[in-house]
Amino acid sequence: MSDASAPTPWADAVQGAMLLAVDPLGLGGIVLRAGAGPARDAWLDGLREILPPGTPWRRCPPHIPDDRLLGGLDLAGSLAAGRAVASPGLLAEADGGLVILPMAERLSDATAARIAATLDAQDVAVERSGLALRLSARIAIVALDEGVGPDERAPAALLERCAFHVDAGPARLGDLLAMAAESADVARAQQVRRRMAPVADALIVSVCEAAVALGVESARAPLFAVRAACAAAALDGRSDVTVEDIALAARLVLAPRATRAPAEDVAPDPADDEDAADAADPPEADADAPHAEAPPIDMVIAAARAALPDAVLDAARAQGRARMSRAHAGGGGDRIVSPHRGRPVGSRAGALCAGERLNIAETLRAAAPWQKLRGATGRVAVRREDFRVRRFVEHRDSTTIVVVDASGSAAFQRLAEAKGAVELLLANAYVSRTRVALVSFRQTAAEVLLPPTRSLARARKLLADLPGGGGTPLANGIEAAFLLAQAEKAKGRTPLLLFLTDGRANITRAGALGRAQAEADALQVAAFVRGAGFAAIHVDTSARPGPGAEKLAHAMGARYAPLPYLDARAVLGLAQSSPSAAS
Amino acid sequence: MRTAFPFSAIVGQEDMKLAMLIAAADPGIGGVMVFGDRGTGKSTAVRALAALLPPLSAVIGCAYHGDPQAPVGVCSPDCAACASPRPLKAAPLSTPVVDLPLGATEDRVVGALDLEQALARGERRFEPGLLARAHRGFLYIDEVNLLEDHLVDLLLDVAASGENVVEREGLSVRHPARFVLIGSGNPEEGELRPQLLDRFGLSVDVKTPETLQERVEVVRRRDAFDRDPAAFLARYAKADAKVADAIVSARKRLPAVETPDAMLEWASRLCMAIGSDGLRGELTLIRGARAVASLDGDEAVSDRHLRRVAVMALRHRLRRNPLDETGSAARIERAMAEI
Repeated sequence: MSDASAPTPWADAVQGAMLLAVDPLGLGGIVLRAGAGPARDAWLDGLREILPPGTPWRRCPPHIPDDRLLGGLDLAGSLAAGRAVASPGLLAEADGGLVILPMAERLSDATAARIAATLDAQDVAVERSGLALRLSARIAIVALDEGVGPDERAPAALLERCAFHVDAGPARLGDLLAMAAESADVARAQQVRRRMAPVADALIVSVCEAAVALGVESARAPLFAVRAACAAAALDGRSDVTVEDIALAARLVLAPRATRAPAEDVAPDPADDEDAADAADPPEADADAPHAEAPPIDMVIAAARAALPDAVLDAARAQGRARMSRAHAGGGGDRIVSPHRGRPVGSRAGALCAGERLNIAETLRAAAPWQKLRGATGRVAVRREDFRVRRFVEHRDSTTIVVVDASGSAAFQRLAEAKGAVELLLANAYVSRTRVALVSFRQTAAEVLLPPTRSLARARKLLADLPGGGGTPLANGIEAAFLLAQAEKAKGRTPLLLFLTDGRANITRAGALGRAQAEADALQVAAFVRGAGFAAIHVDTSARPGPGAEKLAHAMGARYAPLPYLDARAVLGLAQSSPSAAS
Repeated sequence: MRTAFPFSAIVGQEDMKLAMLIAAADPGIGGVMVFGDRGTGKSTAVRALAALLPPLSAVIGCAYHGDPQAPVGVCSPDCAACASPRPLKAAPLSTPVVDLPLGATEDRVVGALDLEQALARGERRFEPGLLARAHRGFLYIDEVNLLEDHLVDLLLDVAASGENVVEREGLSVRHPARFVLIGSGNPEEGELRPQLLDRFGLSVDVKTPETLQERVEVVRRRDAFDRDPAAFLARYAKADAKVADAIVSARKRLPAVETPDAMLEWASRLCMAIGSDGLRGELTLIRGARAVASLDGDEAVSDRHLRRVAVMALRHRLRRNPLDETGSAARIERAMAEI
């Protein structure tokens, strides 16, 4: 199966949109990763057009407050009626239709969790402001992920619940594709889907085998694949699912979730495979299987493989990163009570100044007991002392970015100690309320090995195979750490850079060999760190601390700490004594 | 509300199912925390359990669906129905399984002044919240680690004391709130505070099924369920009824289950070997083993029962050494092998 005819990502997006229109509830949604532009607009318009007329279509801004998302008290209605009047949230309004999430990468985990819970339960429970409602919300979502860097992704809780992930990238002129179906076709397909024959057991087995081969862990993924295959068959007017439908589903659903490439020699001898499939199947399932043809597993995997990104490992790592970079919320973290932003945490009595937000339910509740005394008739008498303003809490976390020189000679010992230091820092993340990231540089490039995290379990997995050896591209290392620090700062966290290196660069920023140029490059990049005002510590790990390292530390505006016998506890002490770790 | 997936049709996940049955058989166990990756059926299991719980007998007219057998004074002092002369009139009520949705506000969780009554009639009346609704039943929180800290603290306090005390807006209300707290969370979203973890009686770790057969079965059953929920429920009705019966008879048998001294010693020795903090571990271990024995239909606790609950009762109470690569479960298994 050659991938010469592999469809473009935009063609996949169109295919996914059509299948989603056929079975929105079963498939959950689609995540389209692409910048705003004509191609995306055309795609969205196309999707809207093929839906049955009158299908709800709601756009949900990324920073939507809970009372609009889930539902809340209708102020005007409550005051006029003299009783609590509910106003449904956006999720309930979209019942039976689609919710569009532009800038999905900016959604907070808390908002994503609320949407995810709605997708699971197909209704939205409102337990807010004196209201207790359960409103139907049978929705599917269209998440428009506009992230550019690998750190900017739609929340994992939503990715998990959307059948299709399409990483479309920049669109070309040929990508302005029209939907290959019309509203009437979709309506017909929806009818066919309801009368679909059961999916042949061999096909279900092959989907699960493909999921295992691609390293897809969630149990939701194979289910989505089966449902997508049903939708594809229905769209084609057939009531039985064929191998081709399954192969299409594997490409659209399983391939984007792959964490590893299937081994090339996995496609076994067809005869063997048939035996294996028979052994796994209950006999009666085999008897009513409508498609007793060649085993589909190799075809399914081949279809999925054709759609795998060039370097699946990169994709796998990016996925891990998406999960990691969002690995926070709840827990601890420095908190600042703010009247303007963050998550709401109750309210307090207070005057309504500019910028403060009134908590309506609490204000009414405060006014309620006094109504008779105030002689209110019909209208609610609310006085200044009844005002309750919302309080919000903002997390201000700090992130310790450990930058390890994994080059050449002493690398082995240094790496082991650096791993120890990272683990100790993580173990203390509770207490010091920090996040830890690890950047390593060796040979000709630097790499973010561990994106900022507080999860010990994941960190340990990633640290276990930290490679070492090769040249010292110091400039690249500083640059990578600098970019990460900037990204962290953009997220409202305070970065602390902790360099573990002997400061002897020998690879230039361009990746060439040359000590003088490499050192000049390092100093040049170091100036950026100083310019941005990031707190930094330079731990000199060389056996004979020299003036070169001190000069570099000075260029970065870093604290210089020669530590020829690197040990993890000493590093931890240094990081904790840093002023920015405490702030 | 969509139809719940039948409990007996959940593939694998034996630990999670056992923990929930233990909590159903002995609600005093102290709650269950379920850790697991996405798509491992955590919510499915809780909602499935709800369908199997035997109905309660609740006092008519009591806002907290009090127990008609309970002595005077157990229910809220403000409850007129429970204070009336015995015997009390009661009606059957299905065991409440209350979902605490993310985004719930504090006034709805603990209860607050009834806004409508206050605005319309100027009456000061308490409107019970989710904690009151969960009394004598289950309270389920999905994604505990995403819940606001102040709500989590409040919940744990009520779960431990069995009483909800509301002091707000000129109200002073006290009412019983005994419920089994079931939490679920994803360890990748960050870890929970150890104090919080310790309050949960049992902690289980769920993973994606590892064998291909199991994974295929998951998809097969779910597909069949989606296709025709009614037929699927009917197919598993017998197995589900068996589980429901097991819960009822376990509850009856539980007070009579004996715990030999040798088993108490076994439990203490295990807790010493692994160095668990505090006595809560031993108590939960024994209590869990008694529940397992009663579910199995046995009359006395044996080490077989203890072994089945040891990991879920103790794994979250070990002092963690961040540089120790072995997981808590492995350490407990090793200690058990040596006893």
